[in-house]
Amino acid sequence: MSAKLAIEAREGSIRVKGKQKSQLQCDADSIAGAVSQRACVYSGARVVLNPITDAIHLVHGPIGCASYTWDIRGSLSSGSELFRNSFSTDLQEEDVIFGGEKKLARCIDELALKYKPSLMFVYSTCVVGVIGDDITAVCKQAEQKHQIKVVPVQSSGFAGNKSAGYRAACDALLQLIKSEGEPTAQSRKINYLGDFNLAGEAWIIRNYLREMGVELNATFTGDSSYASLRRAPAACLNIMQCAGSMTYLAQEMERVYNIPYMRVSFLGIEDTSRSLREIAAALNDKEISEKTERLIERETAEIRSLIEGYRVPLQGKKAAVFVGGGFKAVSLIKQFREVGMEVVMIGTQTGKQDDYDSMYSLACDGTVILDDANPSELERFILQQGADLLVGGVKERPLAYKLGISFIDHNHERKHPLSGFAGAVNFAQEVYSTLCSPVWNYV
Amino acid sequence: MLDCTPQEIKERSGGKINPAKTCQPVGAMYAALGIHNCLPHSHGSQGCCSYHRMHLTRHFRDPIMASTSSFTEGACVFGGGANLKTAIKNVFAIYNPDIMAVHTTCLTETIGDDIPSILSSAEIPPGKLVIHANTPSYVGSHITGFANMTKGMVNYLAESSGEPKREQVNIIPGFLNPGDMREIKRLVRKMGIKLIMFPDTSGVVDSPMTGEYKMYPNGGATVEDIRDSGNSRLTLALGTFASADPANQLERKCKVPALTLKTPIGVKATDELLLALRNKFAREIPAELEEERGQLVDIMTDTHFHFHGKKVGIFGDPDVVIGLTEFVLSLGMQPVHVLTGTPGGAFEREVSAMLQEAGVKGRVKAEGDLFELHQYLKNEPVDLLLGTTYGKYIAKAEDIPLVRIGFPVLDRSVHSYLPVVGYKGAMRIIEMISNALLDRADRDASDEDFELVM
Ligand code: SF4
Repeated sequence: MSAKLAIEAREGSIRVKGKQKSQLQCDADSIAGAVSQRACVYSGARVVLNPITDAIHLVHGPIGCASYTWDIRGSLSSGSELFRNSFSTDLQEEDVIFGGEKKLARCIDELALKYKPSLMFVYSTCVVGVIGDDITAVCKQAEQKHQIKVVPVQSSGFAGNKSAGYRAACDALLQLIKSEGEPTAQSRKINYLGDFNLAGEAWIIRNYLREMGVELNATFTGDSSYASLRRAPAACLNIMQCAGSMTYLAQEMERVYNIPYMRVSFLGIEDTSRSLREIAAALNDKEISEKTERLIERETAEIRSLIEGYRVPLQGKKAAVFVGGGFKAVSLIKQFREVGMEVVMIGTQTGKQDDYDSMYSLACDGTVILDDANPSELERFILQQGADLLVGGVKERPLAYKLGISFIDHNHERKHPLSGFAGAVNFAQEVYSTLCSPVWNYV
Repeated sequence: MLDCTPQEIKERSGGKINPAKTCQPVGAMYAALGIHNCLPHSHGSQGCCSYHRMHLTRHFRDPIMASTSSFTEGACVFGGGANLKTAIKNVFAIYNPDIMAVHTTCLTETIGDDIPSILSSAEIPPGKLVIHANTPSYVGSHITGFANMTKGMVNYLAESSGEPKREQVNIIPGFLNPGDMREIKRLVRKMGIKLIMFPDTSGVVDSPMTGEYKMYPNGGATVEDIRDSGNSRLTLALGTFASADPANQLERKCKVPALTLKTPIGVKATDELLLALRNKFAREIPAELEEERGQLVDIMTDTHFHFHGKKVGIFGDPDVVIGLTEFVLSLGMQPVHVLTGTPGGAFEREVSAMLQEAGVKGRVKAEGDLFELHQYLKNEPVDLLLGTTYGKYIAKAEDIPLVRIGFPVLDRSVHSYLPVVGYKGAMRIIEMISNALLDRADRDASDEDFELVM
């Protein structure tokens, strides 16, 4: 690859800690001709809603969008597995010419009869946005006909980037929890926003909270169901992990239902402990605080020596990070320090200004910070910064391997839960097993 | 647990549940990767490109590069011409490929972007090339997209010098793994015939680890070779669905006779490939290939009793499924359910004829989905499933072994490196099927039936 720096228009999206004062440009659309690692509106909406387990996720469009999102997110379910099937209206040429509403209505009818779901999402995709099918009207009719909830998701791919999809998903969720009829009484329970129960991560957090004496009300959206999400207004507090996707929902729930929200992160010992303490403080209950302290003390004691064991071989190694959301990136800087490593390059697909500010203040001098990187930039900075490990998603994995460096997936394909104290050990173990694998000796 | 499929089969009115196909652009992207120094370009919103790259990355476990026009709302209203032109400028300035292969998406097809006219007014640096294919996602499948992009190569690149045709053969391999393409090239070379294979993804998506990342790996058909395909004496299109169209186009454009054969899976289809080469080029089949064939037949006779009468369900892409069906029939197995997601009456006719000839009663379905296949299996169970990774839900629900062949395979590795075509590939298929069936037999055997020698 040539050493030519990226497209000029991208210069504002890259900065080096300690060198430039200007703010990083983020949340802009990718430029035409880029080999962007970014996804579209539909993709953003789908990843947020997909973990709702007892829903039919019907993709209204040609087959592709449904094929690529069939069971791609490793969200675990304790109940229904319906969400793991792939449903598409499979639009054909004549539908594109004459409109797809009729076919959509037929598909909904059929699926409603076949699976008797209580909830269905109908996603619009690129073509649907152009041919102008009124999916809201079709959904409304279907609701009446079948007496089930049918929620349209406005996710035409070109109408923005992944963040716009998060927003569309939040709109759909708000429609869902809108309590018709009797108002729900507030309880002492809390909602957990922005955990998709990858590899069972939300369960780990639920168990911690339970031990602290805090009941989890609804989780958005890991291992959730129509019934559990509808209970959401009954919570007294929203804790939010993936802020990139959930901030809008949290703000709306605060506005409509008076539920305050706070940001948390359960990645790494430091952030997990801090988050649990903050939850206890927010609930302002002495007993909860005491239980929380006992939990943190016991868990950290249990894992300290395990993590120390990994620290020795990992000490001084360098990591490059390219992940989806901002919170993850921020936490990872700290988490790598816990195992003795420094982050030398960090970037996200959808991070916001304040995320980048936090990264900037946490990172050590010389760290490269970038928004929406393309593969050639990743390659260039990985090599230039001498990274030994890349953290990323599916498209980054083979790139790292081709460069002869190790890799961990911090995205949909993670193999073990990376949340909480148990996750901190898994994280160290995963970093160790890839970084210290003998295969690199043969490169 | 993952089984939400009712047994009772009802007429359905459209829509797919658990698809057995995907959209055209991903096939076009894959085909374009089979040109040396080529960057595939997706003319649409960035999501499509991202999905297609992800899908290919998961199957090949190699970096898949492609650029996108990054559509926004404005582009949809005013047309994507400006986006495409900017993209072309940027791609050559930054990624510097020799050639850019543009495919459309459902979005750009629907708004009606006229690619040739956009290209004619785009700034393309001297010495660089841009080709295109229309790949509307609401027609056909990824196989159609592969054929369309391959046809685009013919349209833009192939040339006839007007001189007498040369002693060389064009091979259009179809939507296969690079390991298969390598094997086909080996067979043709062993016959002593010069060949031009396009697209050729070997050396691109199965490139070796060198510790250095190359955006354009060493492999792929060169533009010169594809140009020169117009001077060959013959084109062999392997597989009707993925290859016949471009081969026929080359016949029309450059008068290179086209012959469509089956994807060479199994002894019969491989024989047909070699015999066609022998007859057209007056070559002898070398002893080495005779020996390979003999070994394959030896293995088939040694093991036929494991396979005879076993019922199989086969699904996947049409050309590969046709080849597999013929091969398992030759082993004495009974393919009772044969399904592809790609539309095409020709598929149903061809497979039905094979089954009829073998006296097997089976269900054959084009444009089907895996929900349907699952229902078939519930009504008539099988001993073995042959198909892509997506079969694993059914395999688990029905507790039947699955042998992974086709696209995509997302949960195993090595499939893209080793062939299923040719005599060697057939041996490999036998090995895979035997392992699956006999591991199952061992697992299920009671102690007194558990055998050392099988
Ligand atoms: S929007 Fe169209 S081209 Fe893009 S992935 Fe979906 S079906 Fe394929």
